[in-house]
Amino acid sequence: MRSIRAAAAVAVTLTTLAGATACGGGSDPSGGGSNASPKTLTYWASNQGPDIPADKRILTPELKKFEKQTGIKVKLEVVPWADLLKRILGATTSGQGPDVLNIGNTWSASLQATGALLPWNKANFAAIGGRDRFVEAAVASAGAPKKDPAAVPLYSLSYALYYNKKMFADAGIAKPPATWDELVADGRKISKNGTSGKWGLGAEGGNLSENIHQAFVLGKQHGADFFDASGKPTFTSPGAVAAVKQYVDLMGKDKVIAPGNAEYAQNQSLSDFSKGRTAMVLWQAAASTFAAQGMKPQDWGAAPAPVESGTPGQGKNVNSMVAGINMAVFKNTKNTKGALKFVKFMTSDEEQKILNKAYGAVPPVTAAQSDPAFNVPGVKVLKDTLTQSAAPLPQVASESQFETTVGTAIKELWADAAAGKTITTASVKSKLTKAQQQMTQ
Amino acid sequence: MTSPPSPEPQSVTRGSAAPLLLESTSQLPPAAGGDALKSGGARRPRTPRIPDRIRRGGLPYLLLLPALVLELLIHILPMVIGIVMSFRGLTQFFIRDWNRAPWTGLHNFRIAVDFNAPIGEALLHSFYVTCAFTVLAVGLSWLIGTGVAILLQEDFRGRGLLRTVFLIPYALPAYTAIITWAFMFQRDNGLVNHVLHDQLGITDKPSFWLIGDNSFYALVIVAVWKSWPFAFLMVMAALQNIPRELYEAAAIDGAGMWQQIRKITLPSLRSVNQVLVLVLFLWTFNDFNTPYVLFGKSAPEAADLVSIHIYQSSFDTWNFGSGSAMSVLLLLFLLLVTAVYLIFTSRGRKSADV
Repeated sequence: MRSIRAAAAVAVTLTTLAGATACGGGSDPSGGGSNASPKTLTYWASNQGPDIPADKRILTPELKKFEKQTGIKVKLEVVPWADLLKRILGATTSGQGPDVLNIGNTWSASLQATGALLPWNKANFAAIGGRDRFVEAAVASAGAPKKDPAAVPLYSLSYALYYNKKMFADAGIAKPPATWDELVADGRKISKNGTSGKWGLGAEGGNLSENIHQAFVLGKQHGADFFDASGKPTFTSPGAVAAVKQYVDLMGKDKVIAPGNAEYAQNQSLSDFSKGRTAMVLWQAAASTFAAQGMKPQDWGAAPAPVESGTPGQGKNVNSMVAGINMAVFKNTKNTKGALKFVKFMTSDEEQKILNKAYGAVPPVTAAQSDPAFNVPGVKVLKDTLTQSAAPLPQVASESQFETTVGTAIKELWADAAAGKTITTASVKSKLTKAQQQMTQ
Repeated sequence: MTSPPSPEPQSVTRGSAAPLLLESTSQLPPAAGGDALKSGGARRPRTPRIPDRIRRGGLPYLLLLPALVLELLIHILPMVIGIVMSFRGLTQFFIRDWNRAPWTGLHNFRIAVDFNAPIGEALLHSFYVTCAFTVLAVGLSWLIGTGVAILLQEDFRGRGLLRTVFLIPYALPAYTAIITWAFMFQRDNGLVNHVLHDQLGITDKPSFWLIGDNSFYALVIVAVWKSWPFAFLMVMAALQNIPRELYEAAAIDGAGMWQQIRKITLPSLRSVNQVLVLVLFLWTFNDFNTPYVLFGKSAPEAADLVSIHIYQSSFDTWNFGSGSAMSVLLLLFLLLVTAVYLIFTSRGRKSADV
């Protein structure tokens, strides 16, 4: 009996332990596409609308239209953001992916490195009407420089400064701030060093991607990049350190961001804004959320995100990252021709207008941008930013690592600032040094 | 045997038939005995011919076989793959065909245990955090579970209801329960600060629970809340097996409640506790759900458990080789602790048996 009990104990132990190392994968011998099954396509759409049923409502009639035109049936699956990257990695490993899929544009270079996505060379671009139909900044955010893009832009977004008109009027502020100094001054008028119960600006300190987006833009404004030309991380350059410090100082030193924002990661800063607790947020296309939370369009205004001085533009006056969703074709597809047709359909002028209107985004297709729907105040700011003063995040294979390491470093700095610790150049530099040393590639 | 033994079936049974067969014939009425045995003999070719030697020694293993095969497929094989991965430079460049990932030998392990460099340093830090977390969470879960189980031994009105209520944390889906805790721990709108600060005035200003140093305690609280009902359930079941007479006898001899617990209850729980503590230890040490749902994919430094750390290395920074190496190290550590624990406790049991 004892030996059996021992065997059972060992079995139980192994079972429990095995979970720790159980992460396997398969391999996929086949490359390239074919046209073995020309009449069907599977499409993984990222969750863009308020919820998944809303996405299905928006997309289904368009997919029906495509089926009518081409006879190709598209099986739609809307994938939540939190799952999408993992799903793509799984599909890449197993080789069993959808034919066409949406990817976040900041992942482009990382996913491109896996070799799982169809490269958009001249021929493929020609099949959908040519590369020059798209806004160049959007195409530049779809893959590493000097390589064929890994995807095609589908919906574009950029950051704008949203402000509460009534709170501004109450504090005697006539117009939205255009520079960071003005933002801090306005924010102080509202927060009064945190004694008014109201705050100047909102932030999402626990959201790694948000941290990265703002740090990247501020880095540009300090003349710094987080990667050098060869793709090596340069997180500790004086400009990068100054950028991160400036961002976190908005809470620690300037006291225009509420300490509680340090733990926000579920868009709580937007509900604070809707409830009149904070006067400003830096956000991409917030209009539909404000409406859902009971704000009327005349309650808020949108202005270009602040710069150091002057007006937004290229170089040091970049005030947004190029945000957006791209459309990629899985290299393993059994229906390359159909997939290209589908991408062509989704990026056609007409569909671009319909879809971007539905999602409150800006079409990355130049010809579609002239539609009056993209010239209403809130959307026009996003569109102008996108075409004039936005820059794509570093398109390097280790972008995903950058988001994790630097995003976490900034999250920790927020926590320190919220706890009342002084943030110094040295403390910022030490966090960023640690982040850089964790980059292993 | 009710029927007179006849030479024929005797010789048959001695050769290969199972005692089961004889037992079943013994259930038959005596009159039919001989026929039954004969017909039993006629059916014999259909019963498996398993030699005694194998049957005695091998049957348990035969019965374990299906489980072992599944175990092999579901756990051991992925584990072996994980170990193979740990020797490779498996990054996003190779996940499409990970057989192409270059062999890097012990490189991943060397980086993981280089405690002077940031990656090793961070791993060591998360290891310490995990150890402290495990000791606290397992200790408290066991203490609370055992205490409550002993208290609920007394029969009183509403005991059944209380027992059910106490099992709720164990029955709730982990995600739902933990996300509710995350809401309660929010600084500005959370229930915890509302009670501690607004109502009781214990803290002079609202504290952070999901970031900074307090996050460790938030993690322990949720983990204990989640796992003590399991300890309670196990101990409660074990307590049912202690004869009441022991307590009555002890009470007659003048033993107080504390003495009864110390001299009767705890020793009787010994074997259950051995398994309970081991299982709680393994679950808690490997706990992924609690920190992940509570803090998201990047936990605060004070609550950076090894499981989250490995997840980040693998899936957020796309360095699967390095993540696998860390998993293997964790596996080795847990195997070592488990082995030492089993040796230690079984030695204790042996001396207790004597």
